Amino acid sequence: MSQALARPVRSRSQTARGAAPPPQRRRRVTPGRAVAFILATVWLVVVLAPIYYMVLASFRSQGNYLTENPWLPSGGLTFSEYGTVFGAGLGRYLVNSVIITAVCIVLTLSLCLGAAFRIVRRSTRAAAASFRILLVGLAIPIQAIIVPLYLLIYKAHLYDTLFALMLTMSAAAVPVTVLVMVSFVRDIPRELIGAMLVDGGSEWTVFRRLIVPLAKPVLATLSIYDGLNVWNNFILPLVLTQSNSVAVLPLGLTKLEGQYAINVPAVMAAVLLSVLPLVVLFVVLRKQVMRSLGSVVMR
Amino acid sequence: MALFSVFIVVPMLGAVVLSLFRWNGLGTPHWAGASNWVQFAHDPLARQALTVTAKVVVLSWVLQTPISIALGLFTAGRQRYRSVYAALYVLPLLLSTAGIALMWEALLDPNFGGLTALSRSLHLGFLRQNWLGNPSITLYVIIGLIAWQFVPFHTLLYQMGRRQIPGVLYEAARLDGASPAQMFWRVTLPQLRYTVVTSSTLIIVGSLTYFDIVYIMTNGGPGYTTRVLSLDMYQSAFQQNLYGYASVLATVLGVVGVALALGLVRFSGFASMSSQQEGAA
Repeated sequence: MSQALARPVRSRSQTARGAAPPPQRRRRVTPGRAVAFILATVWLVVVLAPIYYMVLASFRSQGNYLTENPWLPSGGLTFSEYGTVFGAGLGRYLVNSVIITAVCIVLTLSLCLGAAFRIVRRSTRAAAASFRILLVGLAIPIQAIIVPLYLLIYKAHLYDTLFALMLTMSAAAVPVTVLVMVSFVRDIPRELIGAMLVDGGSEWTVFRRLIVPLAKPVLATLSIYDGLNVWNNFILPLVLTQSNSVAVLPLGLTKLEGQYAINVPAVMAAVLLSVLPLVVLFVVLRKQVMRSLGSVVMR
Repeated sequence: MALFSVFIVVPMLGAVVLSLFRWNGLGTPHWAGASNWVQFAHDPLARQALTVTAKVVVLSWVLQTPISIALGLFTAGRQRYRSVYAALYVLPLLLSTAGIALMWEALLDPNFGGLTALSRSLHLGFLRQNWLGNPSITLYVIIGLIAWQFVPFHTLLYQMGRRQIPGVLYEAARLDGASPAQMFWRVTLPQLRYTVVTSSTLIIVGSLTYFDIVYIMTNGGPGYTTRVLSLDMYQSAFQQNLYGYASVLATVLGVVGVALALGLVRFSGFASMSSQQEGAA
């Protein structure tokens, strides 16, 4: 309803792409809009300038970076530092990050969809209680539990393994993921589930044939959201691992910085390589990414 | 569910229990009663960390909220160029905190950094500062960087919030002769109240526990001027092996975090957040 009502107002602002707007409705440039445009552009510069600087610096040689003006593409650009960081083990970190992220997404999503289904379908005390605990878990910062978590992992002889990261990062993603999925499963009409049960399907059939296919958009949204969090998580790898062989990208970047403190172009190249997969993802799925980032929190 | 209980719920209780012991991580833990808590209450460094953390929380909120609202409303517009802006604004969200920290370290380096180079070619002396080594400005630099990292996210929230406001409200306001400023204060802001609460809660709890950039860029320095509570906890536990004391700090972080989150949600009459969407909860 609000959609329909919104039309007349929107059409004014849609002149840019709306079909053949009447000329008298053309958008005027008011002082307010001009100021907004200027301020927004200032912020755009604040966002883009450091990134531009980083990209440019990554294409320089170390000596070049120190002598040339770093804001202008003068004095020859090179890919050589990209080679340097791969030689220094960035490839290993990249592979680790990909493995962790993939496993965490699959683990979290499959467990949470099952959990959400049970929470909604079984109105037992246990289900309600576990849901309430999850809601509290939503508010608990990972920093507050990192010490016991470390001891737990240490006692379980999982310290310094990728497995430790998979378990803890998945667990950290559980509250948000279950919450979003519970509200999704609740929105599935009961009649639909009832009809399948009447036709002789088991709860398992309902889950497999109805819930999973319907959940595809939710799963996509949550994959992006959880995946981004896992990919960029810093404190868990910092506390739970130490060897280079199990370092993931964010931690690996700081290790590289330790190695190449003075070689800024190499560090910048490493940062850019670490974000490249996400940029590709973003370019391909821009709308989806932007929607999922916000919608998980806003619901 | 089991995964969650083992790795989130157990440690949460563990933190409280551990805070009552004195333990170096190797031998057997010794019962310490409230001594860790007493130490916390008397430690001037802990008080310093609390002050720094409080500053980060308050200033982050004051800085990020208006910028995010302004940019959110701007990007909610339907013009083509605004959606281009919106897409570019998101870029910092893709970078990991470690990446952001390293990038800004290169920019802020007082000798060879980007800002110093800029100050040379533009003759702007103030751009040349010891950004990360000057006790009187470093904390604000850090708060600025946190804003750089998170404003994009909150902008997205406000953009979505603004788009959900029914246009009929603005039409009505226009018919009543409302000025743009009135429309903002009387229509937009009240309609965005849920978004404001969500976004504020995230900013406040997030900056309360903020760790990554501080750890990588300043490690609490210069002096103790950027030593936030979570860094204090990290150093107590993993560098000084004071697991009991670190657990006190962790418990404080956890309790204050949950209390602030729940308090904000309650206080703002937003308890409907769970009941509205989650029904039986």
